[in-house]
Amino acid sequence: MTVHRIRRAAAFALALLGHFAVHAQTVTVVTSFPKELTAAYKAAFEKANPGTKVEILNKGTSAGVAYTREASAGSRPDVFWASAPDAFEVLAKEGLLEQYDPGVKGIPEKIGNYPVNDPQGYYRGQALAGYGIMWNTRYTKAHKLPDPREWADLAKPVYHGHVAMSSPSRSGTTHLTIETILQGEGWARGWSQILQIGGNCAAITERSFGVPDGVSNGQFGLGLVIDFFGLAAQNSGFPVGFVYPSVTAIVPANIGLVKGGKDLEMGKRFIQFTLSPQGQELLLDPKISRLPVLPETYAKAPAGYPNPYGGKIRAKVNFDSNASARRYYLVSALFDQTITFRHKELAAAAGAIDEAAARLARKPNAEGEKLLAQARALAYTPIVDEAKMADDGFVAVFRDTKRSAAKQKQMTALEEHWGNEARQNYERATELAGKAAAMAK
Amino acid sequence: MPRFGLAITAVALAIAAFLVVFLIVPVVTVVWVAFSNPEGGFTLSHFAGFFSLSLMRESFGNSLYVAAMAVLFSTIVAVPLAYFTVRFQFRGAILIQTLGVLPLIMPAFVGAAALQLLFGRSGSVNLLLGEWFDFSVPVMDGLNGVVFVETLHYFPFILMNLSVALNGIDTSMEEAAQNLGSSGWRLFRRIVFPLALPGYLAGASLVFIKVFDDLGTPLVLNVTNMLAPQAYLRVTSIGLEDPIGYVICFILVGFSVAAMAGSAMFLRGRDFATLQRGATSLLRRELRPWQSALAYLWIGALLLLVLSPHLGVLLLSFSKVWSYSVLPDVYTLDNYATVFQDSTRMIWNTFVYCGAAALIDVVIGTAIAYLVLRTRLPGRQLLDHMATVALAMPGVVLGIGYLRTFREVELPFTGTMLTSSWLIFVLAYSVRRLPYALRACTAALQQVHVSLEEAAQNLGAPRARTVWRVMVPLMMGGILAGFVTSFVTAAVEISETILLTSRESLAPMSYGIYLYMQSIAGRGPGAALGVIAVVVVALGTYASHRIVASRQAHNIARRAA
Repeated sequence: MTVHRIRRAAAFALALLGHFAVHAQTVTVVTSFPKELTAAYKAAFEKANPGTKVEILNKGTSAGVAYTREASAGSRPDVFWASAPDAFEVLAKEGLLEQYDPGVKGIPEKIGNYPVNDPQGYYRGQALAGYGIMWNTRYTKAHKLPDPREWADLAKPVYHGHVAMSSPSRSGTTHLTIETILQGEGWARGWSQILQIGGNCAAITERSFGVPDGVSNGQFGLGLVIDFFGLAAQNSGFPVGFVYPSVTAIVPANIGLVKGGKDLEMGKRFIQFTLSPQGQELLLDPKISRLPVLPETYAKAPAGYPNPYGGKIRAKVNFDSNASARRYYLVSALFDQTITFRHKELAAAAGAIDEAAARLARKPNAEGEKLLAQARALAYTPIVDEAKMADDGFVAVFRDTKRSAAKQKQMTALEEHWGNEARQNYERATELAGKAAAMAK
Repeated sequence: MPRFGLAITAVALAIAAFLVVFLIVPVVTVVWVAFSNPEGGFTLSHFAGFFSLSLMRESFGNSLYVAAMAVLFSTIVAVPLAYFTVRFQFRGAILIQTLGVLPLIMPAFVGAAALQLLFGRSGSVNLLLGEWFDFSVPVMDGLNGVVFVETLHYFPFILMNLSVALNGIDTSMEEAAQNLGSSGWRLFRRIVFPLALPGYLAGASLVFIKVFDDLGTPLVLNVTNMLAPQAYLRVTSIGLEDPIGYVICFILVGFSVAAMAGSAMFLRGRDFATLQRGATSLLRRELRPWQSALAYLWIGALLLLVLSPHLGVLLLSFSKVWSYSVLPDVYTLDNYATVFQDSTRMIWNTFVYCGAAALIDVVIGTAIAYLVLRTRLPGRQLLDHMATVALAMPGVVLGIGYLRTFREVELPFTGTMLTSSWLIFVLAYSVRRLPYALRACTAALQQVHVSLEEAAQNLGAPRARTVWRVMVPLMMGGILAGFVTSFVTAAVEISETILLTSRESLAPMSYGIYLYMQSIAGRGPGAALGVIAVVVVALGTYASHRIVASRQAHNIARRAA
């Protein structure tokens, strides 16, 4: 290689480096929100503030937390924008958020019983979200399924093998739904319902987006989704329906100012913008379809747009976030060990129970009913009972974030125990239901 | 004791330094967690914890099963394709070879999504089967689905490596066998295939490892009872502090290294070199009409299957609404408009990152192959092993390792951090894709008989000149195959990319596809970007094939003159 060539290569490399240099007036936003939403805000903010630039950093919520935590002060992103309140709690606890009040007027203090903004002022509600049931109308027509109304509907035998949901350990919003059901129905009844829904599932999807994705393309008949997925799919022309069940919670999706970001002032300006009437109105875009946190924005919404302030969505549950935080990891681990990872066995048990119940309905048999009741109890009783849940020492095993080796061992042993017991219960339930069905012959 | 040139030692040391800094240190940083207790001391209790979980044992078994089945089915798909197109007079052979590479350039999660639409429970095929015959094929369910998708995605590893190996076989070996009365299946089984074994094993062990480590496909198909998903789920749900996740990472690493070492051991002590290069100067065999019809039928059927993910993505990219129907209901060009409006920068980024990474890979790959096969430098095998270890590194592990190791490192003259510059992508891609280039370069060099270099050196050519004028030209097919494999697989890499993307303006195409695919309205544009990626890389691959072909023609012409 000649000197000339080397020089040319070096010049090219330097030019490339320069090419990727950063603009001066930039706000960096870490978010878990989809591209339609971020692109709309980026375009609108840059237009309203000429000479500025919005850098979007799209990461899953937990990856976003890890990223913010790993970055050193001064090179962190400016704004954290995501649904799950617990992510913000983690960030606030680790001193990664600034207390900031953008001074926007007109946003209520509470939605139902849930505070819209963090009481300590570390993060603020930017939009509202509720969970509901979404279904594919072509699928339900082809399989002759009735339209669902309530969570309990999803536990009905008619939906066996047609439902999809995500796991609370994978998605903060699924966690919220599970907690909502548990708080609304009580621990034992709630779990029984969740286990029955799990048994009806065709799949427990890894990502929360897997559910609306699968329902909108027809892989699944119906699923538990966060409202904007259902509404956006509907508004984009997909043949889907969406309903808020009566036991549902409306909670804010949040935005917060990161401590140690690159440009604090720009971060503040961006947050202010998202909460302004102009920023709130962007949420009404059919492809975004989120619920604004500013009540006056609903005046501009198209007819039929759900309005959580209008009393149209009834949130019966007064969501208790302390109770939820107390058992956060425990509920996730219990769900994963007894439903996600044992889904095959659970679904088989649910199928066998439905089959036996159908036969016994046609040809009643007392002995068979007894066996069936046993099978149901085995399959649909939570492995951890309410008394155990009240035990603070037990709950603490899953609570500490700093875990010692001994705690770790204890936790792993518990999980192993649950997983094995769940499998044995489901297999036994399948067996008993089979016997019950045979008696109705 | 032979003497080692200063230059050779320097090259070896430079490569070693590169690998230590950008591979070993980041990985050790992360893997150490599997062995350390919270006080920072050494412990094995996390391993005991792992094996006491039946879920983990089950996942381990499932991962092994899926990887083994994927190798089996990949072999069934790839061997006939490679053999027919390389050894027989066959129109469109180049096209078939190019088409056979296409699966690699489709990110696994996109391919899986497209296959769901075609073969899933409410996919086109099952809807039609249900309508006509009232039954359905559960090919996308559970572990079978993973095997199906992985096979279609990774069989090109066997195809590419085997094709190069078959091209490198001295045709006189085959002719000798034919003269002695061997033909057909026996000829293939006893002569041709054994001679091409290094290529096949290189490909098969790659398939095994990639499938064993793959995260994207099981996740998209919602299969969680496998090792890689368990590692990911534990680290992302319980937290970075969960040691079981790191234990799994360590097991993935260990098992993959063992598979590589196993195939290397198997080949040790066998001589695969033949004196003459390839069949290029000899006529390929003609097929009888019925044979040729049969071959076309077989290849056509395979290609249709292999191309189904692409077909699915293509349809998706032109569709507005596709839901519970055999074909999309509403077609549109909007998706492409959206992509060209938003994402041209990402396409450009992919070219820069992956081109640079692939270039680094073939240079280092050729150098390591040379050091290992042609010198007696002490510890030269270590370079090979070190580079190969990268294969076994799940992208998540390396990504986290990079972020941790280099977080305080600033680039000279620019004032930007290494982790937030585009160079981090080039480094990460080149380290993780190095084994592909290295395998290809090693296989190519194994087939160049050492006597050709000795001849050049006897005639007075210095070592560097021998490498440049004799060895590299003879290895060119393999080097290009290595470049292409590195480039295309880096272009669709996603797990590392997600971790390392610190700004959207730095993101490559694969990240863009992933991003779009996260929303219902974005699936169309995501598919459109996927189609662009496939077309762009396919053109590159086709061009490289043409370069090889024209080079060979040129060489023949020069020899004849």
